Amino acid sequence: MPEVRVKNATKKYGKIIAVDNVSLQIHANEYFCLLGPSGCGKTTLLRLIAGLVEPDKGEIYIENRLVTSVPPEDRGIGFVFQEYALFPHMNVWDNVTYGPRVKAMGKKKSEKLGREMLEMVRLFERFDAFPSELSGGMMQRVALARALAAGSKLLLLDEPLGALDAKIRNDLRYELRKFVKDLELTGIHVTHDQAEAMAISDRIAVMRKGKILQVGTPQELYMHPQHIFVAHFIGESDFLEGYVSKITKKESIIELRGRLFVHTLDKTHEEGDKVVIAIRPEVLTVEKGKKRRENSILGHVEGFRFEGTNVRCQIELENGDSVVVVRPALMTEWFNIGEKVTVSFPAEKSFVFTYPERGLKRELALE
Amino acid sequence: MAHFSITRFLDSASSKSSVRYALYLSAITFFFALILIPPILGIFLKWNTMAETFQHPSLMSRATAAIYASFAIAIFVSIIDVVAGLPAAWLISRERYRWLNVLDTFVDIPFIIPTATLGYSLLLFWSSPEGISSLFGDSFVSPGWLLVILLHFAFSYPVVVRVMVGAILDYKREYEEAARTLGAPPFTADRTITLPILKRSLIASFTLAFARSISETGATMMVAGAFENGPIFIHNLKTAQELGYEGALVFVSFILIAISCLIFVTIRLLGPRLKMPIKKVWLSTERKLSGSKVTNLRNGLSLLVFFLLILIPSLFVALPAVYAIINGTLNEAVAGVGNWQGYWQSLILSYSVGAIATLINTIIGLPMAILIARKRLGTVFSSILDVLVNIPLIVPSIALGVSLSIFWKNFTTIPEMGLLILAHLAITYPYLVRSMAAAIERLNVSFEEASRTLGGRPFTVFRTIILPLTKYSLFSGAIMVFTRSISETGATLAVTELETAPVLLVKWVNILRGNIESPIPITSLDVGLGCGILIVFSFIILLVSRLLARRKGRY
Ligand SMILES: Nc1ncnc2c1ncn2[C@@H]1O[C@H](COP(=O)(O)OP(=O)(O)OP(=O)(O)O)[C@@H](O)[C@H]1O
Ligand SMILES: [Mg+2]
Repeated sequence: MPEVRVKNATKKYGKIIAVDNVSLQIHANEYFCLLGPSGCGKTTLLRLIAGLVEPDKGEIYIENRLVTSVPPEDRGIGFVFQEYALFPHMNVWDNVTYGPRVKAMGKKKSEKLGREMLEMVRLFERFDAFPSELSGGMMQRVALARALAAGSKLLLLDEPLGALDAKIRNDLRYELRKFVKDLELTGIHVTHDQAEAMAISDRIAVMRKGKILQVGTPQELYMHPQHIFVAHFIGESDFLEGYVSKITKKESIIELRGRLFVHTLDKTHEEGDKVVIAIRPEVLTVEKGKKRRENSILGHVEGFRFEGTNVRCQIELENGDSVVVVRPALMTEWFNIGEKVTVSFPAEKSFVFTYPERGLKRELALE
Repeated sequence: MAHFSITRFLDSASSKSSVRYALYLSAITFFFALILIPPILGIFLKWNTMAETFQHPSLMSRATAAIYASFAIAIFVSIIDVVAGLPAAWLISRERYRWLNVLDTFVDIPFIIPTATLGYSLLLFWSSPEGISSLFGDSFVSPGWLLVILLHFAFSYPVVVRVMVGAILDYKREYEEAARTLGAPPFTADRTITLPILKRSLIASFTLAFARSISETGATMMVAGAFENGPIFIHNLKTAQELGYEGALVFVSFILIAISCLIFVTIRLLGPRLKMPIKKVWLSTERKLSGSKVTNLRNGLSLLVFFLLILIPSLFVALPAVYAIINGTLNEAVAGVGNWQGYWQSLILSYSVGAIATLINTIIGLPMAILIARKRLGTVFSSILDVLVNIPLIVPSIALGVSLSIFWKNFTTIPEMGLLILAHLAITYPYLVRSMAAAIERLNVSFEEASRTLGGRPFTVFRTIILPLTKYSLFSGAIMVFTRSISETGATLAVTELETAPVLLVKWVNILRGNIESPIPITSLDVGLGCGILIVFSFIILLVSRLLARRKGRY
């Protein structure tokens, strides 16, 4: 049950800085996710930990051992590749027992491990099938069994569910977590799917452009995003631009476009600062007609969609800004397009960020 | 405007399946009538001459010895090629040094310069007083079987390296990485994962090297001395016209063709079933073999072999060529004095025949490539065609020439120029078809389907999708056809008295060494310059093809 530490690791590919001075600590026995948009350097960071690429700078420790220049075969890791990389010229059995064999564990032990792992992923009866004869979900489970049979306690997974159907993906992700927990491993799981990361992680590191923006439990990231990109990427957020117009003892009042004023509990800005308020769509309330509420803004309905569990309203505010409101379908009035409504939100449920230097759009862009 | 309407006409004609089948049918007819049947059927027409040959035991024993020598050398050289070429390919495709790019280009040199030139260059290097022999006083390696082996190694090694570099670059490295994360040291990962996955390419490279060695004639003639392999024997018979020679000719050609085909089919059928020992692991030994010491040693040896046995001997002819430029032979050459008039004529003949063969093969080879790659006439028939198309590659070219000329002379009074072109067509055909079929196979069918759903007719799809996406393969296939034609010697000698450039160079070397009488003497500077000029042209072709291949969107 190793702990992993990455210290100031940097990896460049030509001009691209794939991993930019990253430091990170992953606890023993933890199920940890590296989450971020495509191209942010998740895979590169994982491969640095695995030893498949060498950092230009920085150090990597596994179980307090400096492994920066240790080759992958001596790091005691298991790695599950996105496309599984099952050896096409070997059957399931030979794939799964490859690790024990090349580690010269002995025939008896190899067979015992192979059998155990294949039984665990419920594929023992397919031991003589070749990878090309298996479905995506089966290949994924063989890849997992193979990584686990090598006997390592640190499991690295690069988008292990990325190539699967939505339904199987949902089933398998809980299974992955269960294996890691049951076998007392440490798991590092790379994904660009925030719902997947939220569902299974103990902690998540959100990455963008080679940097880690925030590390925390799913709740922490959702409830207390420390970076506007995190508020955007984890769950959903509505953004309203404005200026801090007044700071009182309890709250700060923010002027939005069109001389609208709202209250927030923000303490980190000064009067005159340009800021962005982020609000979760499910925190917003919509009511028909004109109502007087805390932080209320008038608007009209632009779009209304039924999505099963929720309904989603697109609302254009009176100042021209636009927000999305998501409400549980069974507990909400239904609206007609064009209908006049009042939108409101509680002050304590909003986050205030400094307006990004590069502009809001570019700051939130995924690439 | 006229061009526009022609393409429109072809586009709409291609919608009719009768037109398409007519095209495919004519491609197949051309293939059988011009490429495949004549070189094989010819010898059967003279089948009964063989009976007489069996009366001449001395001729028979020479013949069997020559056949044995051909196959022994081809198999031995192909094995050495793989053993030496694989580490070199690994070095080129895996290490990240700048100079490896240069090395990568140099590897093609012995492949692209006409083999006759290569033969002379090796002769100079290994056994003339100007070469390495000057260090040893006596001729270091005299003409004979050892020099033949060195020569065949030099021109077949690039084939293996080229094929394997391509295969290693295409190979999904994740398999190897997966093996590493499972605990395999690099050597074990390569042995148990990478090589078995690349097995097809390994077999293909072996086959190609084998084919090159079994069929080469021109260069071998220069370095063989008194030694005879199949092609040399055939050539010697033709020149000497001894009693019973025709039967012996037919006999040797037949055996060479038959055994080559047999070996080829065997490799095709059994190759995929070849099992490599991948179950067992010798951990401590393989760990040592993975170490940087062993790796550096291996890389060093690969480079040493490449420079010492391949590159330097291949380019050694540059030395007399440079002398020739300095001492004024170049002026004579340019003025066309003495032997040089014939040289320029032969050069023009070579390049014309090369151009014609390239053009015709491109036209008749393209539909065939599509047929094979897209299995237009069913899987079984396409696979059979796929095998048949390779046959001219493995048939010794001089045997092919002998048979082809018997065949055509039996039916028509064909001018020698026609025979020459037919021979070159047959020998070079596989290069274009193989290269294009592979490129089209790699091309995702969905591009074509997308074009069809957007309203493209079959010919439009070909014109706007397949051709643009495969044009670099088409180009490289054409270059291969062209260079192979330029360097062809064996079949040319067999079918005609016309002298192409390599045939002329072989003759010059023979005059130089006193094997043939000639009114005008030849100096070694003449031969050096003659070779040098051919090499320069080859370099230009190599450079152009490299530049084009480096462009983006290569397929
Ligand atoms: N071997 C390589 N050579 C050159 N550039 C690379 C290489 N590997 C990654 N990169 C670049 O480094 C950056 C980060 O890549 P990486 O694969 O780590 O991203 P990722 O977060 O895993 O993305 P994805 O979700 O698309 O898999 C990208 O810009 C990528 O183009
Ligand atoms: Mg990735």
